[in-house]
Parts: sequence; C-alpha cells; structure tokens
Amino acid sequence: MSNSNIGVIAMTDTGTIHKRARGLFGNGFDLGRLLLEGRAFFALIAIIITFSMLSPFYFSTGNFLIMASHVAIFGLLAVGMMLVILTGGIDLSVGSTLGLAGVVAGFLMQGVTLEGLGVALYPPVWVVVILTCAVGALVGLVNGVLIAVFKVPAFVATLGLLYVARGVALLMTDGLTYNNLGGKPELGNTGFDWLGFNRVFDVPIGVLVLAAVALGASLLLNRTAFGRWVYSTGGNARAAELSGVPVKRVTVLVYVLSGICAAIAGLVLSSQLTSAGPTAGTTYELTAIAAVVIGGAALTGGRGNIRGTLLGAFVIGFLSDGLVIIGVSSYWQTVFTGAVIVLAVLLNSIQYSHRRPSSAAKPKTSATQGSKA
Amino acid sequence: MSGAGTTGEAVLQARDVAKSYGNVQALKGVNFDVHRGQVTTLFGENGAGKSTLMKILSGVIRPTSGEILLDGRPVAFHSTTEARDLGISIIHQELSLAPNLSVRDNIFMGREITTATGVDYAEEERQTRALMEELEEDIDPLTPVEDLRLGQQQVVEIARALSVNARILIMDEPTSALSASEVEVLFKVIRDLKARGVSIVYISHHLEEALQITDHAVVLRDGTMTARAPRSEIDLEWIVRNMVGENFDLGSPPEGHAIGDVALKIDGLSVPDASATGRSAVDGLSLELRAGEIVCLYGLMGAGRTEMLECIAGRLPKSGGRVLLEGRELGRASIAERIARGLVLVPEDRQRDGLVQTMSVGENLSLASIGAFTRGLFTSRKRERDLVDTSIRNVTIKTDGGQAAIGSLSGGNQQKVVIGKMLATNPRVVMLDEPSRGIDIGAKAEVFRLLAEGAQRGLAVIYSTSEVGECLSIAHRIIVMRRGKISAEFGPDATKEQIMAASGEAVVA
Repeated sequence: MSNSNIGVIAMTDTGTIHKRARGLFGNGFDLGRLLLEGRAFFALIAIIITFSMLSPFYFSTGNFLIMASHVAIFGLLAVGMMLVILTGGIDLSVGSTLGLAGVVAGFLMQGVTLEGLGVALYPPVWVVVILTCAVGALVGLVNGVLIAVFKVPAFVATLGLLYVARGVALLMTDGLTYNNLGGKPELGNTGFDWLGFNRVFDVPIGVLVLAAVALGASLLLNRTAFGRWVYSTGGNARAAELSGVPVKRVTVLVYVLSGICAAIAGLVLSSQLTSAGPTAGTTYELTAIAAVVIGGAALTGGRGNIRGTLLGAFVIGFLSDGLVIIGVSSYWQTVFTGAVIVLAVLLNSIQYSHRRPSSAAKPKTSATQGSKA
Repeated sequence: MSGAGTTGEAVLQARDVAKSYGNVQALKGVNFDVHRGQVTTLFGENGAGKSTLMKILSGVIRPTSGEILLDGRPVAFHSTTEARDLGISIIHQELSLAPNLSVRDNIFMGREITTATGVDYAEEERQTRALMEELEEDIDPLTPVEDLRLGQQQVVEIARALSVNARILIMDEPTSALSASEVEVLFKVIRDLKARGVSIVYISHHLEEALQITDHAVVLRDGTMTARAPRSEIDLEWIVRNMVGENFDLGSPPEGHAIGDVALKIDGLSVPDASATGRSAVDGLSLELRAGEIVCLYGLMGAGRTEMLECIAGRLPKSGGRVLLEGRELGRASIAERIARGLVLVPEDRQRDGLVQTMSVGENLSLASIGAFTRGLFTSRKRERDLVDTSIRNVTIKTDGGQAAIGSLSGGNQQKVVIGKMLATNPRVVMLDEPSRGIDIGAKAEVFRLLAEGAQRGLAVIYSTSEVGECLSIAHRIIVMRRGKISAEFGPDATKEQIMAASGEAVVA
C-alpha cells in the first residue's frame, strides 16, 4: 500500500461512513450497513487483493500508476456525468464529446490555414486547451438548452448529440486520425504531450488533472450555493423552484460542466496517445455511467457524491486492467464488468429502499434491539 | 361466512403492543379492540402512533413486543399478504390503483383468474359486476380507473378488499380527498359493510365526520392509548380533550400592534385556467394586504385560490392585471427575485412542492436562503448551522437536529420545515396555501400561533383554507373566493354560515 492515491481515498471514505452511520443510528454501529455503505471501497480492496494474489506484477507502485492513468479518462467523464445524474438527468454524449475534443485539439495542433490571408496559424498549446474546452462546453450548452428550455428528455437530447458530435469528428478528419501532435519548436506549439506523458513526483499528469477536477467538483457540490442547487434540483425540482432555485440555469450548467469534463478527458487521452482519432471514446459514456452508479449515486437524482464516483471509476479501471494482466480474454472482461455494474445497481436499490423512513430499515434495527431486550 | 359470531364481540385485539424505532418509542403498550360488524375509529394527532398501529395490524411491520389476537388466538403475520389471507385488508390514504387499467383489472391485479388458455376476463368481469352491485355503485367494470371520480376510485379499492373476503377493513383517511356527496356514498358503503359483519378500523383527522360513522372511539397520544369509549358516551369535545390533553383553541386575531402600509396590492389580476383554454381561474381580482395584517382566503376547491397565490409567487403566468409589492410592480420577476424582495409562498402540497426528500431537515430549511450564509464563493457551515438551529427553535420543529432525514418527521413537523424555510428568508409578505392540510390540531394551532407572532412583528400574512373553522381564528379579515372572484369579505365576527353561503357551499342544516 505504498500508493498515495489509494491511501487518500481510504481515509476519506471511512470518514463518510462514520458520519452517515452517526446520522442514521445515533451512536449505533452496524457491520452490515458499514459494508453496504462503503461497498465501492471494499470492492476496490477486494479487487486489489485478488489480483495481487493472482499476479506478481499487479501489486506494484508502477502498475498502480499506469492503471490510475487509465482510470483518469473514465474518472474525468464520470465526474461530469455525476453532476448531471445528481440533477436527475443523464448525458450520453460524453464519449462522442471526448472524441470530438481530441479531433479539435489535433486539428488546431496541425495548424489552421486561413484561406483568404494565405497564412497558417499555429496556436500555442494553452490556446488549444482553452478552445477544446470551449467546444466541450458548447456541446453541453446545446444539451442543456434542449433539456431545460425546450423540455426534450435528457436521454433523447444527449443521444442526439452523441451522434452529432461523433459525426462532426468524422467529418473533420474524413475518418482519419491526426498523428504527431507533438508540435514543432520553431512554431512555438510544443508541449501537448506533457499532459499525457509527464509526471510530477512520479504521478502521471492525467491522474493529477483528475484529482484537481474531482477536488474542484467536490468543493462545488459541498461548499457552494450551486452545489446545493444541484442536489435540490435532483431531489425535487418543483420544491427547489419554489424555494427560489434557478432550476433551468442549474440544469444547463451541469451539462456544460459535463461537456468540459469530457473535453478535458479528450485532451488527456489524445495527449497520452499523441494522436487524435475520431472514434476515440466510443461507448465511454456507458463506462462513466457505470462508475457513477457503482459509486452509489441514484439515477433518479439527488443522491451521490464525488468520492463514490471516483471509487467507482477505480473499481472499473482496476478490474479491467487486472483481468488484462492475468490474461483473461477481453470477452470475459466485458462479462465481468457487466456483472459488477448489475451488482452495484442491486446494492443501490437495497440501500435506498432501506433509507425510506417508515418501512424496511427500521424493522431490521428494532428487531435486533428487540432480541436484546 | 364473515357474519359468523356476534356483532360487537372483539374480533381483532392488540395486547400491550409496543413498537420502537431505534431509541424512539412509537407505541408504548397499546391495547386495542376491533369489534365485529362495527366501526372503530382511531383518533390522535400526527405522530401519536396511529399509522404505526395500523401497519402492525395489517402486517406491514411487526411489533417489538406484545401480541395480536385474531378471534381470541394469537397470530403473527410477517407480510401484508399473510394478513390479507387472514382477512385483514388495508386501504391506504393514497390509493394504490393503476389509473391506466380498468376497474376489473385493478380488482384482480396480482390475483388474476386464469384458465389453461390465459386470463378468464369474462369471469373477472362477472365478479366485478357482482361486487359493484353489492356496493350499489354504478361503475362499469371496463372503465379505466382514471376516468372515475375520486370517490368512485375509493369504492374500487373497497371492492378489491372485499373480493379477497376481507373481514377486517382498515381505512386510513378515506375521506381526505372526497367531496361532501362522495363522503355520503362512502358512509353508505361502510354501513352496508357493517351489516354484512365486516369490521372496520377508521382513521380520520376530520373529527365531526368520523363521529357520524363510528361505533367506538380510541384515542392515542404520544404512543399511548389515552381513552376509549363507545360512541354513545362521547362527543367532539371529549375527543379533542383526549387528543391534545388540554383545552384547545386555534387562537384569535392578534391585537395591540400597528397595522402598517399596504404591503401587497393586487390589481385586476387574471390567471388563465390550465385545464380549460379561454377560461380564467382568477378573474380580474383586486386585493390589498397591509403589514401586520392576517387575511384568510376561503373558498371551495376550484375557486382559484391556489392559482392566485402561485401567480403572485411567480409560479404561474398572469393574463392581466398587476401585482405590487410595497408599491413597486413585480412585473415578470422570477421566483428567486420575488423571494429576495420579501414575497414568499408556502405551497399547498408539501410532499410535491415543499420538501426535497433526499435532503436533510437542515438542508431543506436553508434551501431558500443559501445566499445568507454564502461568503464570496463558498458557503459557511457555521453560519448555516446557526441559521438552521435558529429556524428549528423559531418554528418549534421536533427533530433530532438539522442532520435528521426529512422523512423521520411527522406531517406537522414537515409542514413546519416548509414554513420555517420560507420564514428564514426574512420575508415581508407570507402567503400560505392550505397550511393546515393533513396536519393534526396541535400542529395547526402552532402554525397559527407562528403566523400571529409574525403579524405582530409587522409581517403581512395571507393564508387559504377550505375549513371554515380555520377562518374564524387568527384572521383580521376573511375574503371568500368563488369562481375566480371575491364574492364576500368579512371581519372576524362573521359566522360560519355567512362564510359558507358566500362561497357557494350548500349549508347543511
């Protein structure tokens, strides 16, 4: 357990378990509930232990960091997805947005030729990053406006954008891939591969980007008015509106944020590969949803947190990489991932039905009390 | 078969039944008899333990201690199905019918009569028709339930319970959504059921109504049974006394403070009717409300009270007229802007419009005033806690604290959370739509006390009600609405009959 990431997550997660347990049961302690509440965390531990026993290569700092840089991509998508799901929506377009963002970044790195002036512009990397994020935000804005203003169901609106964004990415490249995104020193646009390749204190930049985005999102949700608005919109939009919450604005903004997260993920991925293909990120939206669900968020909105979502992303990433390391066929990987998702949803429904005030949870606790009495 | 045995003997008995949720004792050793072929009514405030007792009797939950006797023999059921098999059915406050399915399909939902070739619809239809004849309700078995009036839907629920040969029928607030004529139909059905030997357990907040139908009264308070007696020995005052444990009064208009300037002025306001195009739910209505004044808005369902209040709050668009808050026109201001300027609405349906069930008591209380504890970008936890604690104290919410789940509160306390949330925004004008709906007398009195105190501090208060008794309490003025217009205005010395006549309600002698 030399890995710093896992250590941090372990600490914070037990923190919440304690807090929740106190809120629900006075000072009582219930092992079953602890396991249920912290399921994503325990699943991660179980995955690490299992694969460490099966393969000598799994349990090493080097491998954890490689796996973590894979997780970073899904994690970034999942954080954005999580914000959307908290409001009771869904964003199916993030995989395509990731692909489009990579292509836009690749396009800009190749240099933009202005026909009329006969000059080619080579924007520096920071401009590329900003413009790419703006593209992601634009996709999100279209989603948000369709959903909040024109009342298109989130599933349908973002499904439409899934196709549109992917189509635009294919059109821009004619189906081909932009290679050699390294830039040229004489053009002053080097450094794109920094995102994907460099390390700070041995930690890949992608992982640090994820940590920063997650921290920002966590602060946003827990410490700002906007965060409270997100939770209340997902919990009961009518009540939120009558309490003065700008429900429409909140809805538009979460999709914009999700688009930006997808664009950042696209930048990290194309930087890791130093190439940008128009089909990158296909079906990643489903992985992101899975991470959010494994992390304990309710698809009906209002419940969930960033910590859980990150754990969910790590569970999926560490599981599928582990299966690769021990040489399980990729078809089996698909089966395992699916089983984990179903199990997670199953546990979610158990947890949320137990939370309902009158029925299930209370008889259980009082039954144990009764037998003691 | 259900008529076997003598009318009046105890068919279902609860002996020293206790139930605790964690540290909270919901029931403390209650004894309770259900008499054959008679109606036993449970009276009690919200949180007194009525629902818990009903859930135990119907098998939803199990008691912590004590026993249930059916026909003198102890029984223990672990689910509603087991209770139903023993002849005990419950009809919940919220009907559990599928509105898209027909009456027939609803009655046989989950118990379809099947033959080798599938569902025997003809037989189901025949039995449904027989049930409806028995209940003397002219409902076609193939009508979709959504096309029925609420009272008829209730009859369908009863028919469903009877179709499984229920000997004991538990009815939780069956009249809360019914019109006066529908209540009459329901009571006739109940009398027929009694004649057939069916025993009925009845719960209602509507005390006078329940007194018309009941044979026995049992009163619960704080999880203990405070009194029980047959109908002949009791009256309304006896029930109220045992329910609240003291003399009960909804208050009188607060006096001794200055009535200030006009706080809210409504000038020729019209609101379109959402269900019928071209019609107006509120029709050119004008009204003035002064600081420190309490106005009661009385009217029947559909008189336009809710539409008017929601339009003033910014929820519904208006089709004409003006709304002025302290002399300044509101125009197209958003709900948030109106709240910021001191105009708030406590909505009618607290579950649907008032509370966020996924958030805690504290988060609900602070939802409308997040700005007050935000400094720069971030919220201050300490300031929020202070605000929540102050609110809990001010509106006297009974809770473990701000972090408690909203679902752990009783109806009355949930309503206080909604009111406390809006009062925390420091409003100038408070509008409350049916603030006493579904809460018990004690909580009602506390809500009215809060409003009276607010008025004394200079708050302008307008509340709507459909219970005439509530008009004649704290209101300085009573405005009666009828078909979108003001039909009469009274002072606090009006009589119930005057108010009801002005609303268009037939006065029952």
